[in-house]
Amino acid sequence: MNASLGQSEAVLEATDLTKIYGSGHTEVVAVRDATLSVARGEIVALLGPSGAGKSTLLTLIGLILPPNEGRIVIGGATVFEDHRTQVNVRRYRRQHLGFVFQKANLIPFLTAAENVRLAMEINDHPSRAAKRRAMELLDYLGVAERAEHLPSKLSGGEQQRVAVARALANRPSLILADEPTAALDSVRGRQVMELFRKVAHEQNAGVVVVTHDHRALDIFDRTLEMEDGKLRGSSPAHVN
Amino acid sequence: MNLASRDIRHNFGRFVLTTIGLGLLLMIVMGMGGIYRGLVQEATLLVDRVDADLWVVQKDTRGPFAEISRVPPNLEDRIRAVPGVSSSRGFVSTTIQRERNGRAMRITVQGLDWPEDRGQWLPIVAGRALGQAHYEMIADESLKLSLGERLKFAKDTYTVVGLTRAMSSPSGDSMAFFTLQDAQAIQFDLSGEAVRLERSARYSRAGRIDLGRSQPQVIERTLGPSSQLPALGPLAISAVLVKVQPGVDPSQVKAIVAQWPDVSVYTADGQRSLLLGGFVDRSRRQLGLFRLLLIIVSGVIMALILYTLTLDKIHDIAMLKLIGARNGVILGLILQQALLLGGLGYVVAYYIGQWLFPAFPRRVVIIPQDLWMLAGVVVGISVLASLLGVVKALRVEPSEVLA
Repeated sequence: MNASLGQSEAVLEATDLTKIYGSGHTEVVAVRDATLSVARGEIVALLGPSGAGKSTLLTLIGLILPPNEGRIVIGGATVFEDHRTQVNVRRYRRQHLGFVFQKANLIPFLTAAENVRLAMEINDHPSRAAKRRAMELLDYLGVAERAEHLPSKLSGGEQQRVAVARALANRPSLILADEPTAALDSVRGRQVMELFRKVAHEQNAGVVVVTHDHRALDIFDRTLEMEDGKLRGSSPAHVN
Repeated sequence: MNLASRDIRHNFGRFVLTTIGLGLLLMIVMGMGGIYRGLVQEATLLVDRVDADLWVVQKDTRGPFAEISRVPPNLEDRIRAVPGVSSSRGFVSTTIQRERNGRAMRITVQGLDWPEDRGQWLPIVAGRALGQAHYEMIADESLKLSLGERLKFAKDTYTVVGLTRAMSSPSGDSMAFFTLQDAQAIQFDLSGEAVRLERSARYSRAGRIDLGRSQPQVIERTLGPSSQLPALGPLAISAVLVKVQPGVDPSQVKAIVAQWPDVSVYTADGQRSLLLGGFVDRSRRQLGLFRLLLIIVSGVIMALILYTLTLDKIHDIAMLKLIGARNGVILGLILQQALLLGGLGYVVAYYIGQWLFPAFPRRVVIIPQDLWMLAGVVVGISVLASLLGVVKALRVEPSEVLA
């Protein structure tokens, strides 16, 4: 299936993705023939037990690891096909993708605002514009008053909000989040999930969230189940 | 946004301590070069300052600084008769060690050929040149003597009438200047008992030969002072310094004097080369090798420091790669820190050295040429030392963020 930007509102189309670790007796198939599509403004939950291959699938979509097989189209552009990456991976990541992980992974020697600015400055945004947008994003996420604090001085929830701000900095078309609420309590976890929903709907970005938290599934437009490396179809979130 | 400066700000204490440690190491490297320069300067100081075109010394010796040289004082008169010679003067150099205030005081005694040479060419910083034929001395201030101070050498007491600055012998001992006769009196001083024993031996030797037995007055004369015995020559001097007439090539005079069978002659440059080619050369090589080792050690330590700093940031580097940072951003972080560490270490080395080197017992001479060279070396080792960290950083996979 080939999808182009003009034909579809899909921001992500991944087809028959397979990832195998090791070889011979030690071979492990982490993801097998996974196909998924995410539309602009859609927030999708990726569910499944530990070791099901959710995080691996996210790293394949995020161009962090190359799949052994399959094709990835993001924003209408084919980025992986025929065992080869079709784009400059790092440039593509900084321009089109946003990442949020279980840990905020903020650079410890930069303040909250600088962490957000950094994502823009490495994408060649002028310093002054980056500074202004960083403050806007921190304000949007409710942590503007903590802008000049180092990550070590922020709470877990605040750090995760800053990480979300960093992921949004370059107005990515696709945001990938790997268990972003695992280290947060249920209230703050729900707040972060709602934030993703807000971002998806307001900024027209596709959001894929790997999560174990079934209490917040009502936030998602759609859920996907994974088990033993296989995607088990999809269903609208309200059904679950 | 400069990541290197922000990382340093975040780990400021560690960076400062590391910089000081590296600075101290570089200060030793700097000091080694300074000690070598000091050695050369001390070795050639007198040759450069004494204003002689030729040095005439004992046959087949290398001059008064390299080994013992003894020539008769009348050599001055013989040389003065050589065509093209403007002046000649005797030179005495000997090193003595005396106790002063319970501490050893080493002095290189230099004899000046009074009255032509009163030490007016010396860098006198207090007092004056020699004003009389005996019992005055000009001392280097490093001997910590004061003007007017009186010291006893041999059987006479000398008054300090002038102080020089930075006048030391090739072996690093402080110099003191006397008239030639006074320097000889100090050099050849014998105790009363030694004089009595020598006279007695002389008397005994004279009594065993026919002349002594047949001429009782000869035996009587042997009991008198050595200077009154025509059979004994006057006390030897170390060398004769020759100044040629304006427009005369010193090599022409050298060619004439070199034919004499009892002396060797060197130009000032030749004497300088002899000094530098002797013990200074060995010291230079020794210091050079030690300096090279220190530079290598500094490089290895810097590499380890930078590698450790990089290891501390592996997760952050992986994150930077994951969010799409170019390699240049990451290399810049490591390289800028390396150069900052090296640069600030160099500044620390310079300022601590400026404060510490003057307190060294021997001269440490830091010249701009050496400073520039070391600065280049520091930049070089900073870049080389960062390579280990750079290689590590380049190998980091963005997926390590997930680990």
